[in-house]
Amino acid sequence: MDLDPEDVFKDEEDGSDNEFFQQSASSKEYVVYLVDASPKMFNTTCPGKDQKDETHFHLAVSCIAESLKTQIISRSYDEVAICFFNTREKKNLQDLNGVFVFNVAEREHLDRPTARLIKEFDCLQESFMREIGSQYGIVPGSRENSLYNALWVAQALLRKGSIKTADKRILLLTNEDDPFGGLLGAAKADMTRTSLQRAKDAQDLGISIELLPLSCPDEEFNVKVFYADLLGLDGEDLVQFMPSAGQKLEDMKDQLRKRMFTRRIIRRITFDITNGLSIQLNTYALIRPAVPGAITWLDSVTNLPLKIERSLICEDTGALIQEPPKRFQPYRNENVKFSMDEISEMKGISTGCLRLLGFKPLSCLKDYHNLRPSTFVYPSDQEVVGSTCIFIALYRSMLRLKRFAVAFYGSSSHPQLVALVAQDEVAKAGVQIEPPGINMIYLPYSDDIRDVEEIFPDTDDDAPRADEDQIQKAAALIKRIDMRDFSVSQFANPALQRHYAVLQALALEEDDIPETIDETLPDEEGLAR
Amino acid sequence: MARNKEKLVLLLDVGPSMHSVLPEVEKVCSMLVEKKLIFRKNDEVGVVVFGTEETNNDLTKEVGGYDHIVVLEDIKVVDGDLIDTLQKLPHGTVDGDFLDAIVVGMDMLIKKYKDIHKGKKRLCLITNAVHPIKDSLEGTKEDQVETIAAQMTAQGMKMESVVVRGRLSQDANKRIMDENDRLLSIFSKQTLTRTVYVDSPTSLLGALKTRRITPVTVFRGDLELSPDMKIKVWVYKRTQEEKFPTLKKYSEKAPQTNKFATHQVKVDYEYKTVDGASKVVPPEQRIKGYRYGPQVVPISAAEWDAVKFKPEKGVKLLGFTDASNIMRHYYMKDVYLFIAEPGNTRAILSVSAIARAMKEMNKVAILRCVWRQGQQNVVLGVLTPNISQNDKIPDSFYFNVLPFIEDVREYQFPSFNSFPVSWQPNEQQQKAADELVQMLNLAPSGKEEALLPDYTPNPVLERFYRHLELKSKQPDAAVPPLDGTLKRITEPDPELFFENKSVIDALRKHFELKENPKLKKSARRLLREKPSGSNDEDGDADVSDAQAVNSIEKALVVKIEKIGDLTPVQDFEVILSRRDSPEWVGKAIKEMRDKILGLLSDSHEGDNHLIAVECIAALRKGCILEQEPEPYNNFLRYLNPYCQQKGMSNFWQLLASRELTLVSKSEAADSDVTDNEARRFFVKTEPKPKD
Repeated sequence: MDLDPEDVFKDEEDGSDNEFFQQSASSKEYVVYLVDASPKMFNTTCPGKDQKDETHFHLAVSCIAESLKTQIISRSYDEVAICFFNTREKKNLQDLNGVFVFNVAEREHLDRPTARLIKEFDCLQESFMREIGSQYGIVPGSRENSLYNALWVAQALLRKGSIKTADKRILLLTNEDDPFGGLLGAAKADMTRTSLQRAKDAQDLGISIELLPLSCPDEEFNVKVFYADLLGLDGEDLVQFMPSAGQKLEDMKDQLRKRMFTRRIIRRITFDITNGLSIQLNTYALIRPAVPGAITWLDSVTNLPLKIERSLICEDTGALIQEPPKRFQPYRNENVKFSMDEISEMKGISTGCLRLLGFKPLSCLKDYHNLRPSTFVYPSDQEVVGSTCIFIALYRSMLRLKRFAVAFYGSSSHPQLVALVAQDEVAKAGVQIEPPGINMIYLPYSDDIRDVEEIFPDTDDDAPRADEDQIQKAAALIKRIDMRDFSVSQFANPALQRHYAVLQALALEEDDIPETIDETLPDEEGLAR
Repeated sequence: MARNKEKLVLLLDVGPSMHSVLPEVEKVCSMLVEKKLIFRKNDEVGVVVFGTEETNNDLTKEVGGYDHIVVLEDIKVVDGDLIDTLQKLPHGTVDGDFLDAIVVGMDMLIKKYKDIHKGKKRLCLITNAVHPIKDSLEGTKEDQVETIAAQMTAQGMKMESVVVRGRLSQDANKRIMDENDRLLSIFSKQTLTRTVYVDSPTSLLGALKTRRITPVTVFRGDLELSPDMKIKVWVYKRTQEEKFPTLKKYSEKAPQTNKFATHQVKVDYEYKTVDGASKVVPPEQRIKGYRYGPQVVPISAAEWDAVKFKPEKGVKLLGFTDASNIMRHYYMKDVYLFIAEPGNTRAILSVSAIARAMKEMNKVAILRCVWRQGQQNVVLGVLTPNISQNDKIPDSFYFNVLPFIEDVREYQFPSFNSFPVSWQPNEQQQKAADELVQMLNLAPSGKEEALLPDYTPNPVLERFYRHLELKSKQPDAAVPPLDGTLKRITEPDPELFFENKSVIDALRKHFELKENPKLKKSARRLLREKPSGSNDEDGDADVSDAQAVNSIEKALVVKIEKIGDLTPVQDFEVILSRRDSPEWVGKAIKEMRDKILGLLSDSHEGDNHLIAVECIAALRKGCILEQEPEPYNNFLRYLNPYCQQKGMSNFWQLLASRELTLVSKSEAADSDVTDNEARRFFVKTEPKPKD
C-alpha cells in the first residue's frame, strides 16, 4: 500500500482529514456472539450451490469467522467474545451448565480479536464435537435452562467498561423459535419468565440483545412465539429483516453478515431547509478506503514501541520553540504572518450545519464532480420530532422528479458544497443492497477542476471522430465482454489481503506465508475467446 | 519553471454597463496576479482596459483608430504594483469595442515576443459583449474576426473569454448580443479559445482559472482491452483538491535587528525508548511495526519488500457493464481523465468509437489500473464516456475509483415504508415538498446553472488570498468577512427564496417540528454563542410563527467545540457531556490539558494559578465521571517534574491542599493506582525546598 510512514507526522492541520477516514479508539463496541449449538443447529441444513448443503451451525460459525477477519482489519479496537450454548461441556466463570466460552491463549474472554483467535476459530468445526459437544440443555424434569445461563454468562462478559464509551451487544444466533417448546405447564411458564427477566436485566444495563434467526427450509422462524417478548419487539418492528423460509445459503449468509455490523453514526448534523425549518440527520460512512493499520516504530533490539518527540527549533538561533509558532507566507518580498486563530477564523465560514441552497436535475451532476467518498444521510427524530417526516417527503420528491439538492456543508475542517442524491431502497431476495436515504457527494470547486482536455491539440485541424461503422464495431466488442452481474465491491483488495496474510503468518510465527489470490486480474483466457 | 513562463494580457471591459460587476473583475484579476506572485513568479502580465473616456495605446498612435482603449500596464514580470492597479480599475464612460481590444492585446504580445513562445501567450477577455463592434471597412464583421483568428493561431496565442450575461445584462439588445456571440464563437471554433458565459458575480469569480497547474500524466501506455487489443492512452487528473496553502512556521527568536534572519523553523523528531531512561534510538536501530489487532508485528524493510504485493504496471479492462450497475455514490476519489495519445489518430478514433458506443448503449467499463511500476496496490474503477462538444477536442473518458469489499460497510437501514403512519408524509405534505423541489430551482432552463462547480470558487481560498493581500499592506488587518458574492456559495440566495416565499411558507405550514420531550436533559446538547461567520441578517424569513422551532434550531446548531478563555470549566463540562460523537470525551480531556498548560506557561507571577487549579479540579471530576482515570493520572505525573522545573512549587502545593491527587482504583475501576498510593502522591513528590 502507498502508505508513507512519515504520514504519522503530517502537519497537525491535516488531522481533520484523518478523522474523516479513520476509526478512532474511543468509539468501541463490545460484542458477545451467543451461538446455539443444539442438535437442531446441526441437523438442519440449508440448500447451497452445487448440492453443497451446510448445517445452520456451520453457517453461523463461518459468518462469525468472516466477521472476525473483517474486524481485525477495520475495527480492531472492538472487543468480542464467542460463547456457545446448549453444549455438552461447560466452560465459563460462573460454572453454569450448557454454556461454553470459546477462547485462545493470551486473550481475555472479551477482548480484541487476535491472529490466534481467528486461526483457531477457523479450525473449530473439526474439533467441536469432540471437545465441546452438542446437547440440548432444556429438558423436561430438569431445572436447567441453558438459554438463561447463556444470557447470564454473556451479561457477565459485558460487565467490562463503561456504557458511555462502548456499545454493548449480544448477538444471538439460533434456529429454535420455541426454546421451551418441550416443556409443559408451570415449568414452561417459570422458565419463560426467568429468561425474559434475565434479558430485561441485561437491557436495563444498556446491553442490546439482537436476534439473528435462521429459518428452516420448511418452516419460517416465528419470532412471535417467544423472542419478540425477549427482545421487547412489537408490531411493525417484527417484520424487519425476518428471513423467509427456505432461503438460499448465500442470501442467508449475506444477511447474517450484514446484521453483524451495527450502524455507526459519524455525526449528527442539522439540516437547514429554510429559516425556521431545521431537521436532524445522522451521517454514516458507508464507504471509506480501508487502509493497513498505522505503522508503529519499534526498537529493533527489544521490539518495544518507541515514543516520538517532536521539537521545533529556530533555524536562526537554534533555540527550542515552546509556544505554538505563527505561520507565514512569503509574499511581495516580505513574510506575511498569520496566527493560528486567524487561520481557523478564515476557515470557519459557516455554522456547522448543512444548508439547503436549491435543487437541480440529476443530469447536472457530472462524472467529474467528485473528490472524496460520499457520506450516507438518514433522518432521526431523536432530538427533533418531525425530522423523519420532512426528510421522507423531500426524499420522495427528489426521487420522483429526478432531482438532487445542492447544499453547503459547513464543517469546520472542510466547508464544502455537496450534492444530496436520494437513493431508492434496493433489495434482492430479502437482503437489502442499497439502503433508503440520501447520499452526500462532495462537490469540487472551480479551483479543484482541471481543464486537461483543452491542452491538446496544438493543431488547427478538427479532432478525428469515429464514424458510424467504427462505432458499430465498438458496440459489438462491448456486447462480447459484458459483465452482466457486476456489482460494486465484489472484489477484495489484493494489496490488503496480502498485507494481512503476511501479518497473520508472522503474528503466529508461521514459516509459510499463504498465497493470496488477486481477484482483480482479468480472465485473459476468457477474454481471448 | 522559466520555460513555462506564461505571457498574459488582460483585456477588461470597463464601460458603463460593466460597472456593476467591476468589483468582481477587480477581485478575480488581483487574485490571478496574487497567485502568480506566489506560485509563478516569472510569468508576465499586461493590462488593457476598454470603454474608457481616454485613449492610450500604440496602435492608435501608429495607425489611428482604436479609441477608448487604455494600456494600464505594459507586459512585465508580475509585481505588487499590478495588483494595486487591478484593485482600482477606472470606470469608463463609453461602450467598449472588444474586438479592438483583442487586436491591441495581440499587438502588444507580437511586439514584445515576436513569434516565439508559441502556446505560452494568452489573452484574457472579460466583457459583457452587449454593445456592437464597429463595422469593418472591408468585408463583413465575420471576415474581420476570421482574419484576426487566423493571426492568433499563427502566433500561437490562446484566448479565454469570460462573457458576463444573464441577470447582469437584462436590458441589452438581443440582436446585438446574438451577433457578438456569433463573432466570439468564431474564436472558439478556429482558435484555442475557451469562452465562458456567466450570469452571476459569484461565477465570474470562479470562471477565470486563477491558477494554472501544468498537467502531469499519471500514466502513459496501453489501455488493454484484451491481450491483443490495446489503445495508447494518457491519463491525467481531472479533479484534484486545491488545499489551503501549507504555511511555514515562523520563529520570532531572532532579534529584530537581524536583517538576514530566515525566521524558519526546523521540525525535529526524536525516537525514544519508553522505559525510564528515555534513550534516543538511532535510525538503524528502528524497525517498523505493523498492527494486527492488538499485536504489533515488527517487519524490516527488506523482509517486507520480499513478501509484499507487487503488481505489474498496466491498465486492463475487466469488462463492460450497464451504467445502472454503478451507483454514483460509489465514486471514491478525485477523478481521472483518459485521453488517446495525442497525435495518434488510430488511438483517437478507437477511443472515440468506444466512448460513443458506450454512450449509445448506456454502458460503462470496469478497469484495473496499476499506474506505475513499483506501485503497491491496484486501483479498480469505472470508465465513463466523455463525448466532446468541441470539434477541436477529441472524445475521452472519465475514470472514477470504485471501492473494494473491504471499503464498504454494509449497514442495514429500515425501509421508510415500515415507519409508523405518523412519520409518513400525507398527501398535502408530499405536495408541499414536491413544490419546493420543483420551484427552488438552481438550473432553470434557458438560464445559466447557478453554483456550477466549474465556476464556483472556494470561498475559504478566496478569503485567504484577500487576507494575505490586506496583511501585506497592514500586518494587523482583520480577517475580511465573506462578502455578498461569496455568501451566495455558503448561504441560500435571498432572491430565490423570496421569489418562492409562498412555496416555503406552505412547507412550513404543513410540517411541524418540535423538540423531543422524552429526551433527557443531560443528553441534550447545550449551547451558547454562535461561531464566527454566522449571520442572521437574512430578512426573508417570516419568523413570528416559527419562534418555537427557532429556539430549538439555535439550540442545535451552535455547539461548543473548543475550550475558551472566559469559562474554561463550563466549556469543558459542556464538551464532555456531548453525546453526538464518542470522540468528545477524549477531545475535551485533551483540550483541557492543553488549556491548563497554556495557563501555566502564560502565568505571570502566578496570576493564572487559581484558574488552573479550578481547571484541574474539573478535569479530575470529569475523568472520574467518564471513568477515564489514565489521562488525568498521566497528566498529573507529567505536571510534577514540570512544576519543579519551572519553579512552581507554590502551584504544586496548591494542588496538594485541594487534594487533587491521582484518581485511585476506588474512584475509577480502570485505575492502576491504589488508594494508598493516591494518598501518598503529594507527600512523596513534594519538591525539596530550594537552598
